Amino acid sequence: MAKIYSKKTLASKDLKPKKEVVSFLLSYSQALKVVKIDNKSFEVIAN
Amino acid sequence: MADLHIPDALLVKNYVEGNENALATLIKRHESKIYGFIYSKIADRDISNDIFQDTFIKVIKTLKSNSYNEEGKFLPWVMRISHNLIVDHFRKTKKMPMYRETEEFSIFSIMSDDCLTIEGKMIVDQVEIDLKKLIQELPEDQKEVLVMRMYQDMSFKEISELTGVSINTALGRMRYALMNLRKIIDKHQIILTN
Repeated sequence: MAKIYSKKTLASKDLKPKKEVVSFLLSYSQALKVVKIDNKSFEVIAN
Repeated sequence: MADLHIPDALLVKNYVEGNENALATLIKRHESKIYGFIYSKIADRDISNDIFQDTFIKVIKTLKSNSYNEEGKFLPWVMRISHNLIVDHFRKTKKMPMYRETEEFSIFSIMSDDCLTIEGKMIVDQVEIDLKKLIQELPEDQKEVLVMRMYQDMSFKEISELTGVSINTALGRMRYALMNLRKIIDKHQIILTN
Protein backbone atom coordinates (compact mmCIF):
# COMPACT_ATOMS: atom_id res chain seq x y z
CA MET A 1 0.00 0.00 0.00
CA ALA A 2 1.23 3.49 -0.80
CA LYS A 3 2.64 5.34 2.15
CA ILE A 4 1.16 8.73 2.91
CA TYR A 5 3.90 11.09 3.95
CA SER A 6 1.83 14.22 4.30
CA LYS A 7 0.48 15.07 7.71
CA LYS A 8 -3.23 15.56 8.07
CA THR A 9 -3.91 19.25 8.11
CA LEU A 10 -5.34 20.74 11.27
CA ALA A 11 -7.56 23.16 9.39
CA SER A 12 -11.10 22.01 9.04
CA LYS A 13 -14.16 23.73 7.67
CA ASP A 14 -16.12 22.97 10.81
CA LEU A 15 -13.85 25.02 13.01
CA LYS A 16 -15.51 28.09 14.36
CA PRO A 17 -14.67 30.61 17.03
CA LYS A 18 -16.62 30.59 20.30
CA LYS A 19 -20.03 32.23 20.22
CA GLU A 20 -18.93 34.45 23.11
CA VAL A 21 -16.05 35.80 21.02
CA VAL A 22 -18.33 36.73 18.12
CA SER A 23 -20.91 38.29 20.42
CA PHE A 24 -18.16 40.27 22.19
CA LEU A 25 -16.93 41.57 18.84
CA LEU A 26 -20.41 42.68 17.82
CA SER A 27 -20.97 44.44 21.16
CA TYR A 28 -17.52 46.02 20.97
CA SER A 29 -18.25 47.26 17.48
CA GLN A 30 -21.53 48.80 18.64
CA ALA A 31 -19.87 50.49 21.58
CA LEU A 32 -16.83 51.81 19.73
CA LYS A 33 -16.74 55.19 18.13
CA VAL A 34 -13.65 56.61 16.50
CA VAL A 35 -13.54 60.38 16.40
CA LYS A 36 -10.95 62.16 14.28
CA ILE A 37 -9.85 65.60 15.30
CA ASP A 38 -6.93 67.31 13.54
CA ASN A 39 -5.31 64.12 12.23
CA LYS A 40 -5.61 62.51 15.66
CA SER A 41 -8.10 59.75 16.24
CA PHE A 42 -9.81 59.13 19.55
CA GLU A 43 -11.51 55.92 20.50
CA VAL A 44 -14.65 56.30 22.55
CA ILE A 45 -16.22 53.24 24.12
CA ALA A 46 -19.82 53.67 25.21
CA ASN A 47 -20.85 51.67 28.22
CA MET B 1 -29.92 34.13 3.36
CA ALA B 2 -30.15 37.12 1.02
CA ASP B 3 -27.07 38.48 2.81
CA LEU B 4 -24.96 35.77 1.15
CA HIS B 5 -25.34 37.47 -2.21
CA ILE B 6 -24.18 40.86 -1.03
CA PRO B 7 -20.48 41.24 -1.92
CA ASP B 8 -17.96 41.87 0.89
CA ALA B 9 -17.14 45.30 -0.48
CA LEU B 10 -20.75 46.42 -0.14
CA LEU B 11 -21.02 44.99 3.37
CA VAL B 12 -17.85 46.84 4.36
CA LYS B 13 -19.29 50.04 2.90
CA ASN B 14 -22.57 49.53 4.78
CA TYR B 15 -20.69 48.84 7.99
CA VAL B 16 -18.57 51.97 7.65
CA GLU B 17 -21.79 53.91 7.13
CA GLY B 18 -23.13 52.60 10.42
CA ASN B 19 -24.91 49.35 9.64
CA GLU B 20 -23.75 47.07 12.46
CA ASN B 21 -25.53 44.04 10.96
CA ALA B 22 -23.10 44.16 8.05
CA LEU B 23 -20.26 43.25 10.43
CA ALA B 24 -22.25 40.29 11.79
CA THR B 25 -22.71 39.06 8.22
CA LEU B 26 -19.02 39.51 7.39
CA ILE B 27 -17.95 37.61 10.53
CA LYS B 28 -20.46 34.81 9.90
CA ARG B 29 -19.35 34.51 6.28
CA HIS B 30 -15.63 34.27 6.99
CA GLU B 31 -15.34 33.02 10.60
CA SER B 32 -14.58 29.40 9.79
CA LYS B 33 -11.96 30.28 7.16
CA ILE B 34 -10.18 32.75 9.40
CA TYR B 35 -10.50 30.71 12.59
CA GLY B 36 -9.47 27.54 10.73
CA PHE B 37 -6.41 29.34 9.36
CA ILE B 38 -5.39 30.53 12.85
CA TYR B 39 -6.04 27.12 14.39
CA SER B 40 -3.97 25.39 11.70
CA LYS B 41 -0.94 27.38 12.88
CA ILE B 42 -1.61 27.56 16.62
CA ALA B 43 -3.31 24.21 17.36
CA ASP B 44 -4.84 25.57 20.55
CA ARG B 45 -8.51 26.51 20.69
CA ASP B 46 -8.25 29.18 23.39
CA ILE B 47 -5.27 30.98 21.87
CA SER B 48 -6.92 30.75 18.44
CA ASN B 49 -10.03 32.40 19.88
CA ASP B 50 -7.88 35.18 21.35
CA ILE B 51 -6.12 35.78 18.04
CA PHE B 52 -9.43 35.69 16.16
CA GLN B 53 -10.78 38.30 18.58
CA ASP B 54 -7.70 40.53 18.27
CA THR B 55 -7.88 40.24 14.50
CA PHE B 56 -11.43 41.56 14.38
CA ILE B 57 -10.73 44.26 16.95
CA LYS B 58 -8.12 45.57 14.49
CA VAL B 59 -10.57 45.20 11.63
CA ILE B 60 -13.27 47.12 13.53
CA LYS B 61 -10.88 49.90 14.55
CA THR B 62 -9.54 50.30 11.03
CA LEU B 63 -12.97 50.33 9.44
CA LYS B 64 -14.41 52.72 12.02
CA SER B 65 -11.55 55.16 11.56
CA ASN B 66 -12.06 55.08 7.77
CA SER B 67 -8.47 53.92 7.20
CA TYR B 68 -9.41 50.92 5.08
CA ASN B 69 -9.01 51.16 1.33
CA GLU B 70 -11.55 48.96 -0.31
CA GLU B 71 -9.97 47.05 -3.15
CA GLY B 72 -12.33 44.14 -3.09
CA LYS B 73 -9.96 42.15 -0.94
CA PHE B 74 -11.58 42.04 2.46
CA LEU B 75 -10.80 38.40 3.28
CA PRO B 76 -7.10 38.50 2.23
CA TRP B 77 -6.71 41.68 4.28
CA VAL B 78 -8.22 40.06 7.41
CA MET B 79 -6.09 36.94 6.84
CA ARG B 80 -3.01 39.17 6.64
CA ILE B 81 -3.89 40.75 10.00
CA SER B 82 -4.39 37.34 11.63
CA HIS B 83 -1.13 36.10 10.07
CA ASN B 84 0.75 39.04 11.60
CA LEU B 85 -0.85 38.37 14.99
CA ILE B 86 0.15 34.68 14.75
CA VAL B 87 3.75 35.74 14.07
CA ASP B 88 3.59 38.10 17.08
CA HIS B 89 2.28 35.26 19.23
CA PHE B 90 5.17 32.97 18.28
CA ARG B 91 7.66 35.77 18.84
CA LYS B 92 6.30 36.35 22.33
CA THR B 93 6.34 32.68 23.31
CA LYS B 94 9.78 32.00 21.90
CA LYS B 95 11.40 35.04 23.38
CA MET B 96 14.48 34.00 25.30
CA PRO B 97 15.16 35.54 28.69
CA MET B 98 18.09 37.91 28.44
CA TYR B 99 20.80 38.11 31.05
CA ARG B 100 23.31 40.86 31.39
CA GLU B 101 26.45 40.53 33.46
CA THR B 102 26.70 42.97 36.36
CA GLU B 103 29.04 43.33 39.31
CA GLU B 104 26.79 41.24 41.55
CA PHE B 105 25.75 38.75 38.91
CA SER B 106 28.11 36.64 36.89
CA ILE B 107 26.87 35.03 33.72
CA PHE B 108 28.86 31.92 34.63
CA SER B 109 26.60 31.31 37.63
CA ILE B 110 23.89 30.12 35.25
CA MET B 111 26.15 28.88 32.45
CA SER B 112 28.09 25.68 32.73
CA ASP B 113 29.67 23.20 30.37
CA ASP B 114 29.04 19.50 30.50
CA CYS B 115 32.73 18.59 30.61
CA LEU B 116 34.00 16.98 33.76
CA THR B 117 36.57 18.72 35.86
CA ILE B 118 40.00 17.13 36.25
CA GLU B 119 38.90 15.79 39.64
CA GLY B 120 35.69 14.41 38.12
CA LYS B 121 37.67 12.66 35.37
CA MET B 122 39.99 11.06 37.90
CA ILE B 123 37.01 9.80 39.92
CA VAL B 124 35.37 8.33 36.82
CA ASP B 125 38.63 6.60 35.86
CA GLN B 126 39.00 5.19 39.37
CA VAL B 127 35.39 3.92 39.38
CA GLU B 128 36.04 2.21 36.02
CA ILE B 129 39.14 0.49 37.32
CA ASP B 130 37.39 -0.64 40.55
CA LEU B 131 34.42 -1.92 38.59
CA LYS B 132 36.62 -3.97 36.24
CA LYS B 133 38.30 -5.55 39.26
CA LEU B 134 34.90 -6.43 40.74
CA ILE B 135 33.75 -7.99 37.46
CA GLN B 136 36.77 -10.27 37.55
CA GLU B 137 35.39 -11.70 40.82
CA LEU B 138 32.19 -12.91 39.09
CA PRO B 139 31.68 -16.56 38.03
CA GLU B 140 32.91 -17.14 34.46
CA ASP B 141 29.48 -17.58 32.78
CA GLN B 142 28.06 -14.42 34.36
CA LYS B 143 31.18 -12.39 33.64
CA GLU B 144 31.06 -13.47 30.00
CA VAL B 145 27.47 -12.25 29.51
CA LEU B 146 28.04 -8.99 31.37
CA VAL B 147 31.17 -8.10 29.42
CA MET B 148 29.51 -8.89 26.09
CA ARG B 149 26.44 -6.83 26.97
CA MET B 150 28.03 -3.81 28.67
CA TYR B 151 31.46 -3.51 27.07
CA GLN B 152 30.92 -5.04 23.65
CA ASP B 153 27.40 -3.65 23.29
CA MET B 154 25.96 -6.93 22.02
CA SER B 155 22.27 -7.79 22.13
CA PHE B 156 21.04 -10.71 24.23
CA LYS B 157 20.16 -12.49 20.98
CA GLU B 158 23.75 -12.18 19.77
CA ILE B 159 25.07 -13.25 23.18
CA SER B 160 22.84 -16.34 23.22
CA GLU B 161 23.98 -17.32 19.70
CA LEU B 162 27.64 -16.85 20.54
CA THR B 163 27.59 -18.65 23.89
CA GLY B 164 25.20 -21.38 22.75
CA VAL B 165 22.60 -20.79 25.48
CA SER B 166 19.01 -19.55 25.23
CA ILE B 167 18.18 -15.86 25.46
CA ASN B 168 16.45 -16.50 28.80
CA THR B 169 19.58 -18.11 30.21
CA ALA B 170 21.68 -15.18 29.03
CA LEU B 171 19.18 -12.76 30.63
CA GLY B 172 19.28 -14.81 33.84
CA ARG B 173 23.08 -14.76 33.90
CA MET B 174 23.08 -10.99 33.42
CA ARG B 175 20.60 -10.65 36.29
CA TYR B 176 22.73 -12.81 38.59
CA ALA B 177 25.87 -10.97 37.52
CA LEU B 178 24.35 -7.64 38.59
CA MET B 179 23.01 -9.12 41.85
CA ASN B 180 26.41 -10.58 42.67
CA LEU B 181 28.15 -7.29 41.86
CA ARG B 182 25.82 -5.50 44.28
CA LYS B 183 26.51 -8.16 46.92
CA ILE B 184 30.30 -7.76 46.56
CA ILE B 185 29.96 -3.96 46.71
CA ASP B 186 27.81 -4.19 49.86
CA LYS B 187 30.02 -6.79 51.49
CA HIS B 188 33.21 -4.77 51.08
CA GLN B 189 31.42 -1.46 51.56
CA ILE B 190 32.88 -0.11 48.35
CA ILE B 191 31.74 3.35 47.33
CA LEU B 192 31.41 3.76 43.59
CA THR B 193 30.41 7.28 42.72
CA ASN B 194 31.22 10.17 40.47
